[in-house]
Amino acid sequence: MSNEYRKIVEKADWAVEASGLVKTFGDNHAVDGVDLQVPTGSIYGVLGPNGAGKTTTIRMLATLLRPDAGSAKIFGYDVAKDPQIVRQLIGVTGQYASVDEALSATENLVIFSRLLGLSRQESKRKAEELLEEFGLTEAAKRPLKNFSGGMRRRLDLAASLIAQPPLIFLDEPTTGLDPRTRNQMWDTIRRLVKSGSTVLLTTQYLQEADELADRIAVIDHGRVVAEGTVDELKGSIGTSSLHLSIQHTQDMQDARRIVEQVLKVQSAASPEGGKITAPMAHADRVTDLLIALREQGIQLAELSVQKPTLDEVFLTITGEGVKEDKQEKEGIA
Amino acid sequence: MKNQPIMQATERHLKNHSGIGQVIRNTLTMAYRGLLKIKRTPEQLFDVTLQPIIFTLMFTYIFGGAISGNVQNYLPVIIPGILVQTVITTSIVTGVQLREDMDKGVFDRFKSLPIARIAPLAGALLADTIRYTIASTLTFTMGYIMGYRPEGGLGNVILAGLIVIACAWAISWIFAFFGVISRNATSVQGISMIVLFPLTFLSNAFVPADTLPKVLQWFVKFNPISHLVTAVRELTNAGTVGWDLIISLVGAAVIVAIFAPITVRAYMRRT
Ligand SMILES: Nc1ncnc2c1ncn2[C@@H]1O[C@H](COP(=O)(O)OP(=O)(O)O)[C@@H](O)[C@H]1O
Ligand SMILES: [Mg+2]
Repeated sequence: MSNEYRKIVEKADWAVEASGLVKTFGDNHAVDGVDLQVPTGSIYGVLGPNGAGKTTTIRMLATLLRPDAGSAKIFGYDVAKDPQIVRQLIGVTGQYASVDEALSATENLVIFSRLLGLSRQESKRKAEELLEEFGLTEAAKRPLKNFSGGMRRRLDLAASLIAQPPLIFLDEPTTGLDPRTRNQMWDTIRRLVKSGSTVLLTTQYLQEADELADRIAVIDHGRVVAEGTVDELKGSIGTSSLHLSIQHTQDMQDARRIVEQVLKVQSAASPEGGKITAPMAHADRVTDLLIALREQGIQLAELSVQKPTLDEVFLTITGEGVKEDKQEKEGIA
Repeated sequence: MKNQPIMQATERHLKNHSGIGQVIRNTLTMAYRGLLKIKRTPEQLFDVTLQPIIFTLMFTYIFGGAISGNVQNYLPVIIPGILVQTVITTSIVTGVQLREDMDKGVFDRFKSLPIARIAPLAGALLADTIRYTIASTLTFTMGYIMGYRPEGGLGNVILAGLIVIACAWAISWIFAFFGVISRNATSVQGISMIVLFPLTFLSNAFVPADTLPKVLQWFVKFNPISHLVTAVRELTNAGTVGWDLIISLVGAAVIVAIFAPITVRAYMRRT
């Protein structure tokens, strides 16, 4: 007993420890060797475009899907060996609301509470308390069919909090929400962490990860392509970045070549065209760059030096822009 | 989130298995959910209401004269037959609806909760015994209206009804299994009908076995449905309990013992 206890205490620093997770669907490598280490008490962001493997990763961590290879531990408990213990430590809010459409909000919460071992009275009280907290008291008795996307999301999150789990998975908690509801969701997530929970959330929005997460893993094609604190990631592409707009888009190729030669870095072209972004380690080099551009006869429309945004981090790491997927959004709204 | 702090993983009392008490509690909660769903959409009870009424009328008047000389003599034969046939057919609906239900997101939540793994399935099947109860009551009521007066008395009629309901619950595990492994609800319906049609019609439910060709007689005698029909006839018409009843109950237990575990296993494996 005491031995086991010590083992757990040592490992409890990590809420999630995953190494080499793999999941293949047919010949689609949905998750292709993901390592994650989530410190207890933090908000951890998994950032990646649609189809990157975020949902599949979360489903494996939440015992909903068996990994083809690799292992994952939640507070030291193996998801494959002790799934029932892991389930007592997590709350899952999936990408698509996992609540019962045919029932009312209260009925949903009461049933989940009863399943978690609360008595009838406690379940009723818990349901009322959560509905109040999430601003759903008015709609408590209505069937969920008439709920908006935001209301459904909030109910789904409320349902994940019944047992007050120390680790909460949130799969794209704000995709498809309007800005006001999204801000409310952000506040809720921050409050969760204040009360001691660890949150692992996925997002396609760089701004969201920047806003909420202590650490971020950038994931693309089923692999973690970068990991660190927000500042580290920003730092990895230079302390500041140079933004150039050129007058004639046909000069784009030449301009990028010159930027890369002179600054000795990778540049990125913005999807709108005509804009080049590059990390800038030494401010002096800009003088050289401007001279080189003048010599080639490339005319500039605008030039600025900015702190890098996560968008640029992503652009630099994956070498491509983030395309927002329309279908994904419609599916939820 | 009321500012009460969250209990951390190391402070929690964690269990790696669910005891029998938890299995029962979770199953009853899931059954409660099933009943709430039926209450919300009562129109899904149409089939279970209409089938016993129509079948009782139809079969009695079509076959009554030919098989037993007249309708009155046929009732003690046909009512137990229709009872078994209707209630067991109703258990297909259970498999189909379970399948539809499982495609919904809420089953992901059930899977992520620390509950007994069998509860979401067992609960759904348990809630559906309400259908079997409705079908049984209507069949006996139709029979009564048409002049059926079972000699076994009301107590035995109720007992017979309960036995049929229990057996239908057991058989519904077979359709639940089809539900879990098949691709969509329509194919569940298809497979289930193929299995059930010969079982109910190639039995002694509607005609006495000795009127059939030799090969069929052999099948009818072994058919578990025949044993159940005979058991119900003995109970309702004479108030006696025989081997057929024991065979039926043992058969039901065997079905549950085989199909409940493999259904739960298949359910857990689905992604
Ligand atoms: N159940 C499944 N069957 C087959 N392919 C799947 C399944 N789930 C996900 N995929 C595929 O795996 C890849 C990763 O998907 P997903 O994890 O949902 O990405 P994300 O959540 O980052 O958008 C996608 O190419 C997707 O089509
Ligand atoms: Mg996803």
